[in-house]
Amino acid sequence: MKEFSPPPDSASIVSVTDRVKQVALGMAVTSVSFLGARAAFVGGEENVKFVDSQGEITTVAVHSGGILSTASDGKRIVMGGDDGKVVSLDAKGEVTLLATDPKRRWIDAVALHADGAFAWSAGKTATVKSGKNEEKSLDVPSTVGGLAFAPKGLRLAIAHYNGATLWFPNMEGSAEFLPWAGSHHAVTFSPDNKFLVTAMHEPALHGWRLADNRHMRMTGYPGRVRSMSWSAGGKGLATSGADTVIIWPFGSKDGPMGKEPAMLAPLQARVSVVACHPKNDILAAGYSDGTVLMVRLEDGAEILVRRNGTPPVAAIAWNAKGTLLAFADENGDGGLLEL
Amino acid sequence: MSEATSQKIPVTVLTGYLGAGKTTLLNRILSENHGKKYAVIVNEFGEIGIDNDLIIGADEEVFEMNNGCICCTVRGDLVRIMDGLMKRKGKFDAIIVETTGLADPAPVAQTFFVDEDVQKNARLDAVVTVADAKWLSDRLKDAPEAKNQIAFADVIVLNKTDLVTKPELAEVEARIRGINPYAKLHRTERCSVALADVLDRGAFDLDRILDIEPDFLEADDHDHDHDHHHHHGHDHHHHDHGHGLKHYHDEDMQSLALKTDKPLDPNMFMPWLQNLVQVEGGKILRSKGILAFHDDDDRYVFQGVHMMLEGNHQRKWKEGEPRESRLVFIGRELPEKAIREGFESCIVS
Repeated sequence: MKEFSPPPDSASIVSVTDRVKQVALGMAVTSVSFLGARAAFVGGEENVKFVDSQGEITTVAVHSGGILSTASDGKRIVMGGDDGKVVSLDAKGEVTLLATDPKRRWIDAVALHADGAFAWSAGKTATVKSGKNEEKSLDVPSTVGGLAFAPKGLRLAIAHYNGATLWFPNMEGSAEFLPWAGSHHAVTFSPDNKFLVTAMHEPALHGWRLADNRHMRMTGYPGRVRSMSWSAGGKGLATSGADTVIIWPFGSKDGPMGKEPAMLAPLQARVSVVACHPKNDILAAGYSDGTVLMVRLEDGAEILVRRNGTPPVAAIAWNAKGTLLAFADENGDGGLLEL
Repeated sequence: MSEATSQKIPVTVLTGYLGAGKTTLLNRILSENHGKKYAVIVNEFGEIGIDNDLIIGADEEVFEMNNGCICCTVRGDLVRIMDGLMKRKGKFDAIIVETTGLADPAPVAQTFFVDEDVQKNARLDAVVTVADAKWLSDRLKDAPEAKNQIAFADVIVLNKTDLVTKPELAEVEARIRGINPYAKLHRTERCSVALADVLDRGAFDLDRILDIEPDFLEADDHDHDHDHHHHHGHDHHHHDHGHGLKHYHDEDMQSLALKTDKPLDPNMFMPWLQNLVQVEGGKILRSKGILAFHDDDDRYVFQGVHMMLEGNHQRKWKEGEPRESRLVFIGRELPEKAIREGFESCIVS
């Protein structure tokens, strides 16, 4: 096995570490996304911190407790908390309460639709609210592990134990069960709406081709997959969980069936987060040793963005234009890179 | 494992059949002035009236792992809850998981060994079982869950002792010891046990396997806080003992102790043990051992839950310390003869 670990100040790898604007967030960070021109770092509890291009930090209180789930469409972030609340935060920093669980149960998962609909789950119940329509709820057989809206139509995928359920909230009796033994957590549709992929509790992904529900097993990870990101155009699904970035090919009608994934940017550390560039065939990856790399999908060429020697990178995101990259480690030492 | 152990958040699993007094013990733990903050995970339909900031309702979802190991089950809801709780690190010092009276403790325990992320942040401290002195004997006959909870326990709080006569108490204790002679047993009224006896036990800490259990694998088990009370856990015929205590051999749940002062061949022993838990892991609830290997100056310790084993070299054998190997299995319908023979065959002759 070939191992590659760039020593500090190595001449063999292009480095842009000196162009990164350091951001000390002073809180545990679990995710980041861009709202307008500012990066919004979501904390493990209570707060979101906006960081503008000058590195100026503005703190907004969103939950009175742990922040368990987030989803963003670039205009707002929807979050679920252990306070039983679903809130949204917009680019201006305005917080709106969207829903409250009557029993104050944890909001384990949230999802956001391009047209403004949103969904959340508490326990076994997934609920969708779209526009002025009333809330629609569906109970699945076990606790919801993850939620995702299909790119077309109002259709929700609900991951749970032993499979996933596809549901058109506005169509009575439309729930369709896709079985696969095991516990399913995060879930995502391919941008072309042809495939559904879940990250399982064991170190594997599972996929279904939606035309015929054919199974796709994606295994071989040493650790659980926590982060998935579709490449620009949706031809590949980049994932964390191994000591290289694993990218499954979804360009053909068979998806990754019978194909090997691409394995890029190997380090002697586990990939913890991935984010594909929104326009170009580039991705950014954060590692368990604090390293951040930019990687070209075509040939695996790497650019060092952040050196190792810190806690794991917990959050990474591009802005919509792909001109800014934001990241932070678990302890809240973050950075902004302008390209 | 021990180096990181101290930073990991200790998790106490509180089990016990319905009405035994789990909630009473839980409330005592929470209300006593110990300066510690607990996150409490309770079953959703459990008793109410627990006063604590961080209280989380669980659904007791038992998930099978896709690793070809049939008895390898975890609590799916716990995986999720632990994940969420880790976002609030620093807000609590320890976690208590209360299970329903009907729960099997194994999936709870296994969650802390199988799940990588859970394991990184938390460590199982002990399984504490609250038992009702008046009704336990009956439950052991008609409720397999109650038997499981006794067999699995590191600490047994035998509660409501004021509601039974002395002979009745002796009877129920003998029944408990027939299943699990190794757990620390405390007789209580209204769960009035010293919290140090139920919390921070390190029962799953390899380094503390012996330190905290001076009676570990001893043929005689003395409880210091009450009357003489002898058990011959491995000597199962009924006999009188001067104190009039009967000795029970539970029909299907028992413990098995093995011992040798001759060194073991690690190349024989390890495959034998691994194969044993692979084949019989469904029956073996708990296992523990301290091993003296041939040509090895280090003591080896292991512990297991069903098919899962963890073990390590612990420390050098001390000068003058007898280099003995001792193992114990607690389980259901253990194939005693085959286990004994297998063990004997690993001894260097």
